[in-house]
Amino acid sequence: MAAQELHTPSDYISHHLHNLTVKVGEGGFWSLNMDTIVMSWILGIVGLGLIWMVAKGATTGVPGRLQSFVEMFFEFVDSTVRDVFPGSRALLGPMALTIFTWVFLMNLMDLLPLDWVAGAAGLVGLHAWKPVPSTDLNATFAMSFSVLILVIFFSFKAKGAGGFVHELFTAPFGSNPILWPFNFALNLIELLAKPVSLGMRLFGNMYAGELIFMLLGLLASIASFSAGGLLAGVAATALTWAWAVFHILIILLQAFIFMVLSVVYIAMAHEHH
Amino acid sequence: MNITATLFVQALSFALLIWFAAKFIWPPLANAIEERNRRISDGLAAAEKGKAALVEAERKGDAEVKAARERASTMLGETEKRAAQIIEEARDAAKAEADRMIAGAREQIASELAKAKTELREQVASLAVAGAEKILQREVDARAHAEMLGKLKAQL
Repeated sequence: MAAQELHTPSDYISHHLHNLTVKVGEGGFWSLNMDTIVMSWILGIVGLGLIWMVAKGATTGVPGRLQSFVEMFFEFVDSTVRDVFPGSRALLGPMALTIFTWVFLMNLMDLLPLDWVAGAAGLVGLHAWKPVPSTDLNATFAMSFSVLILVIFFSFKAKGAGGFVHELFTAPFGSNPILWPFNFALNLIELLAKPVSLGMRLFGNMYAGELIFMLLGLLASIASFSAGGLLAGVAATALTWAWAVFHILIILLQAFIFMVLSVVYIAMAHEHH
Repeated sequence: MNITATLFVQALSFALLIWFAAKFIWPPLANAIEERNRRISDGLAAAEKGKAALVEAERKGDAEVKAARERASTMLGETEKRAAQIIEEARDAAKAEADRMIAGAREQIASELAKAKTELREQVASLAVAGAEKILQREVDARAHAEMLGKLKAQL
């Protein structure tokens, strides 16, 4: 587990919080978190690929177990979207399905023992590998700002460009020209607050969950050096287990919240008049 | 931890996944479920129809059985009546035949009686003549007394 390099607890934690970064161009902003990208792709392909395989061979007769499960999931997403959004679900349905599947699988990676992942990455010569893409702000913001684009798109669709701009400048306070800057500022904040809170919520939950796993892992490793080691080790194991069980709930809940809020934001944009 | 170009790659991945789901996952699943729902509701409607048809057929069958029973009982009554009539007719015919036979027999008896009387009448005259000859001890001229004998014959 590369224990020789990691002497202090802060080394351990900062090691686990590092992304595998590859520079494109001059670095800084122009760099890519390869672990996030690769893990997202794998999870997206596995998740949607599985559903796709079932959907491709879907029978209208008596469905098998896997098809029943996929259809149950489909109906769940479909009814969730239908409850919130009255229009056509040709785009929002697949979006919600993608969000839930993708975010759930990303979050699920949090249950992989992180030292094993880091160890496996070390064996193939990678100095860092964060297996949970949703602990990377880039991944969560990528989704939440894509949702913002859809919010703006649906606003345009529902009100037209003129109506959207008109609402932007006149909406909460009134159409007096003096109030235009205030209206605009408030609307801008409202518009931006949605994706920021959406992305931050998922990121914060998963990041904090990951951090707690690290601290518990640290407790276990420190315990093995001290006198009452056995007791601390047992406590760390039990707590890690308990946290993992609790985390199963968080994983599902965060995926669900992300999906529902995305649909709600878009539905609000669509309905406003 | 920093926002980097990863954001764009991730957004692109997200868009691609949504496109994939919208094109290859959502429509076939939605269609399959809708198709199944349609088939189930069709099947339920057909079952309902079948049930109604069964009730109708049962009702019709009952009516037909009732009609047939009625017809059978009418036929039975008619047949019985007809049988009684036939018996009655046979009885009448037999009685008529018997009467006819009795009448024939009487007629025959009467005619034979008349014949016997006639014969007897013929013989009475000659008997009377023979009796008279015996009494008178001499021949009686039958021709001389023919008128008297004829009167006697007629009286008998």
